[in-house]
Amino acid sequence: MTKEECKQVVLDIIAEIAPDEDLSNISPDVRLRDQLDLDSMDFLDIVMELRKQYGIEVPEEDYPQLASLDSCAEYLTPKFKEVSA
Amino acid sequence: MAGLAAGIRLAMYDRKVLILEKHSIPGGLNSFYSIAGRKFDVGLHAVTNVVPPGHKGTPLPSLLRQLRIPRDAFDLNPQRSSRIAFPGADLRFTNSFGLLEEEVDRQFPGQIEAFRRFRKRILEASPGEGTGVSSRGILAESLPDPLLREMLLCPIMYYGASTAHDIDFSLFVTLWKSVFEEGFGRPLAGIRTIIRALLDRYREVGGTRRMKCGVRRILVDEGIACGVELEDGEELTADRIISTAGEPETRILCGAGEEDPAVQENIGRLAFAETISILSRQPEELGIKDTIVFFNDSPLFHYEQAASDIDLRSGVICCPNNYAYPEGTSLDEGILRVTTIASYENWTAYSQPDYEEAKERWFSRMVESALNFLPGVDPELIRSSTVFRDMFTPRTVRKYTGRLGGAIYGAGRKSPDGTTGVENLFLAGTDQGLLGIVGAMFSGVTIANRHVLMAGRK
Repeated sequence: MTKEECKQVVLDIIAEIAPDEDLSNISPDVRLRDQLDLDSMDFLDIVMELRKQYGIEVPEEDYPQLASLDSCAEYLTPKFKEVSA
Repeated sequence: MAGLAAGIRLAMYDRKVLILEKHSIPGGLNSFYSIAGRKFDVGLHAVTNVVPPGHKGTPLPSLLRQLRIPRDAFDLNPQRSSRIAFPGADLRFTNSFGLLEEEVDRQFPGQIEAFRRFRKRILEASPGEGTGVSSRGILAESLPDPLLREMLLCPIMYYGASTAHDIDFSLFVTLWKSVFEEGFGRPLAGIRTIIRALLDRYREVGGTRRMKCGVRRILVDEGIACGVELEDGEELTADRIISTAGEPETRILCGAGEEDPAVQENIGRLAFAETISILSRQPEELGIKDTIVFFNDSPLFHYEQAASDIDLRSGVICCPNNYAYPEGTSLDEGILRVTTIASYENWTAYSQPDYEEAKERWFSRMVESALNFLPGVDPELIRSSTVFRDMFTPRTVRKYTGRLGGAIYGAGRKSPDGTTGVENLFLAGTDQGLLGIVGAMFSGVTIANRHVLMAGRK
């Protein structure tokens, strides 16, 4: 999975958990929290969906790695490679 | 409701969940029942925390997201207008804060700046701030006018205080926001709409439940909860248990006796009675315009254990017809509900015939005392328009919900983090400290998240 695909995965998950958010103009390098109305419970759900849909585990101490789309891609791409290997 | 919400969260993320309900009807403290074809809500006067669609950063939208239930499924129609009625002052409020501010400005000259500063303090309070702090103390240092202080306390206490006279300031902040900043709403068909939405969602995510299936005890092995024994003797094992039975009630399920000091000291001491009058006409035609009226008969607000069967000095009037339902829809019949503080001891001591007789007697007195706070409404007209009536007392609450002391707002001391002292056993609902219908569901969600989903798989 490429970093771009990884970002799309995260965006798809956000669209699912927060259907009332406009995701058309997200800057990948800006914190998601600063662009969208997401609280800590929504971030928990991003983690839960990654586990449910892709079998990816994100330990609680790594939650800050999911701050922006860029940091998500950075952090998650190797994890996607691991699970598909 | 807390249990259903917790169940949805867990089943959504593939946990094997079983909800055990003692009663034949789901909902717990917010349930419904039928008599002669009429359906009655048990707890619901108003769903608090009701914000308009798109209004984010408050509990309701956050809850709906967590449960992935569309807002429309709850059918929340906003209140028309409510009131706090004390002798000599009458504060109206709606779901827009502006009206309350205008009313304070008009009726309490010179108080508006203090009132705005007080509100600012509430809005800026951080989560959990004010725990263990007296709300009366903070009110006294914030608002010079004693009548205004008493009036503002009235809806806050009536919609969630499990303690007499005063309330923890952290709870005051939560309740203030849910009542005054966010507001009241109601589904046209009452609480059933919300319960049905929860049940549908729970089924959709694969949760299972058993009705009329009481838990006799929670199995605890060396301080760790490992399962339950049902009333029919069957034993079930569990990695984690979330109890919405209440704090002292859960202690008893773990083996404590009802007379144990640890149980006794945390039983809520505030119990309530409610009259429900079914009217042949829409209440508005009879002159009842308000959605909810919080009343008190003197400048000092009384909220304490009742000394007699019923404390007539204060109460709440609720008219479920007076919500802004969609054009062309309305409730078929008029409904007038009057809630007051009642004595658990007195109502449970009566023999069955005396109990029925006492209900008969107090019904009229409760309605009459409430009508004093509905100016322009003719009590005779209300009497002659009443086609059916029902009443619940603390005895009813104990019977159907199992709440010790008939305490609908639960224990005096809450468990904000949901822990119980027994490993793998957690509290959700009223005794975790979140209040109201949205609060109950939110409590289930946060406890499921924190103690099961975030705790990882076993």
